[in-house]
Amino acid sequence: MGNVLVLAEVAEGKLRKTTHSAVTFARDAAAQLGGTYDILVIGAGVDGPAAEAAKLGAQKVLVADDASLENYLAETYAPTVAEVGKGYQVVVGTASPFGKDLLARVAGKLDAGYASDIVSLLPQENGKLTYKRPIYAGNAFVICQLESPVEIVSVRQSAFDPAAEGDGAAATEKVAVVGPSSALDRVSWVTFNSVKSERPELTEADVVIAGGRALKEQFYDILNPLADEFSAAIGASRAACDAGYCAPDLQIGQTGKIVAPGLYIAVGISGAIQHLAGMKSSKVIVAINKDEEAPIYQITDYGLVADLFKAVPEFTDKVKAARA
Amino acid sequence: MKILVPLKRVADPDNANKVKVPADGSKVDTAGLEWKANPFDEYALETALRLTEDGKAQKKRLGEIVVVTFGPKDTEATLRAALATGADRAIRVETDDDHIDGIIVAKALAKIVAEEKPDLVMLGKQQVDGDTNQVGQILAELLDWPMATFAGTVQEEDGGLLVGREVDGGQLDVRVKLPALVTVDLRVVNPTSVYSKVTDKSKFKYAEGVRFAPLPAIMKARKKPLAVKNLGDLVEDTALRVKYLRYEAPPERAAGVRVPDVDALVDKLKNEAKVL
Ligand SMILES: Cc1cc2nc3c(=O)[nH]c(=O)nc-3n(C[C@H](O)[C@H](O)[C@H](O)COP(=O)(O)OP(=O)(O)OC[C@H]3O[C@@H](n4cnc5c(N)ncnc54)[C@H](O)[C@@H]3O)c2cc1C
Ligand SMILES: Nc1ncnc2c1ncn2[C@@H]1O[C@H](COP(=O)(O)O)[C@@H](O)[C@H]1O
Repeated sequence: MGNVLVLAEVAEGKLRKTTHSAVTFARDAAAQLGGTYDILVIGAGVDGPAAEAAKLGAQKVLVADDASLENYLAETYAPTVAEVGKGYQVVVGTASPFGKDLLARVAGKLDAGYASDIVSLLPQENGKLTYKRPIYAGNAFVICQLESPVEIVSVRQSAFDPAAEGDGAAATEKVAVVGPSSALDRVSWVTFNSVKSERPELTEADVVIAGGRALKEQFYDILNPLADEFSAAIGASRAACDAGYCAPDLQIGQTGKIVAPGLYIAVGISGAIQHLAGMKSSKVIVAINKDEEAPIYQITDYGLVADLFKAVPEFTDKVKAARA
Repeated sequence: MKILVPLKRVADPDNANKVKVPADGSKVDTAGLEWKANPFDEYALETALRLTEDGKAQKKRLGEIVVVTFGPKDTEATLRAALATGADRAIRVETDDDHIDGIIVAKALAKIVAEEKPDLVMLGKQQVDGDTNQVGQILAELLDWPMATFAGTVQEEDGGLLVGREVDGGQLDVRVKLPALVTVDLRVVNPTSVYSKVTDKSKFKYAEGVRFAPLPAIMKARKKPLAVKNLGDLVEDTALRVKYLRYEAPPERAAGVRVPDVDALVDKLKNEAKVL
């Protein structure tokens, strides 16, 4: 028997949806181990997110709440996560920037093996949890196991359906906050420059419209009306992010966000290997590119070879008409 | 400032779709793919170079950069290339990729940090073959050092760095005092992302991307010091925490159709894919 601890992610006083994917993993892993899963909610003033977490089928919700945890730093969070986590067989979070930053540091603290960004939990082999994770920008998978008393795992959000809320509420329990490591004396949180968007989160949207270098300064002028039409999230290639046409956190790809929406529309994106790694699990893929040789067409369901500056506004109008 | 930059070589990432997994799943075959430096590590080196110079007078080096890699003898090519680009010394730890994981690399690096006493360790955020994203964070924890991962901007200040971290929903600025550890993200090689204390921010912009080694530097790099160490001398416990059992090829995704115009596209999406 073994139990699983889910590291919850909180932003702006709410539980992030990233958490729900980690919970789905935890439910399956706990079932394999004949154990249960708990959720750790950590931060300052996190009663709200803890109450949300309590609806996710856990045995217990553990709450580490302290004013010192107001602004996230791995140096302040890791000691508590490690202290709580060492009582579990598996500690799991989601491979968002938060999870990637923190879980690896926790692995260091616990001298534990860490499988990052896994896409599935396979049936056990030799009585051990067995994970599958993409390597080489998704051009191969490795099947792996972890050899340490505590196993640290992060899940790829797009590969695990979000756990649904249930009716019952798990008991919540306060846990002690462990004082930060001495590294804290040398790090301070300065400011968070947030780029607000009213659109759905990229990793949760049913439709993603992604733009590339070709859009130039007209990135939003061209994409916004189409995105509005689909209530879509907007994403981008690295080249568009690097050029400053949009914020870096819109980058989709091997080294950005991984998405798998029902519909993905690539506008003026060539389809480099690193980009494909972030979207090729999408259900329906559409590309609009003026170069008929663009590699993106190797994986698109519907390819339109056209000048995007003409085709996208026309497409937007005709989608609107088709839905009317 | 003295900076340690760990470098890993990877099979040409721009051709990663050419890797093959044999039916028995025993390996990932990268035959035919050239070795390249992990792009993030090239960015880390570029960042280290920018931090140890006046952008306007780059010939004069204002600090020391030590590069280190883990691998067999032929990984020294990666180190020599970094030496040609401007690093001062190199260390190779003799091992092969099948016998290391993130914890082992981090433990060995911790030992090298204890010996070399750098002010800063600057790494890539992720190796683009294993896509693991963990060595920097583990190393910072082992050293009990502050860290700033996924850095998009780095400004040197008195005794420390102001780092802009690329995270969900925006940029998180953190200040670290040295010694510290930084892992870099893609935007760190933009023209105005990294400034040393002596580079005048209002008057100087870097060229986009990483610098290239001039030919004479490539010759000179052959004479720069390169030390070889044994993994076993650096790390006692070399048991793998992450065990790779086997590999699988990803499912193929077949290309679909070309549509002649916007009307046809709308028709397909509405009547075939049924997403409108
Ligand atoms: C370490 C590393 C990590 C990376 N990670 C990522 C990642 O996570 N995500 C990512 O996206 N990239 C990543 N990249 C970059 C990747 O290799 C490509 O450079 C990038 O994806 C290209 O972006 P793009 O398609 O917008 O630009 P380009 O390749 O320049 O393509 C622009 C396209 O627009 C088309 N076009 C131009 N004008 C028009 C027009 N008027 N109408 C229609 N089409 C037009 C062109 O035909 C072309 O195909 C990474 C690279 C490295 C080295
Ligand atoms: N075998 C290695 N040799 C040298 N540096 C490495 C090695 N493995 C990882 N690193 C460093 O750690 C960073 C992050 O790698 P990873 O955490 O393995 O994705 C890389 O960008 C390198 O700077």
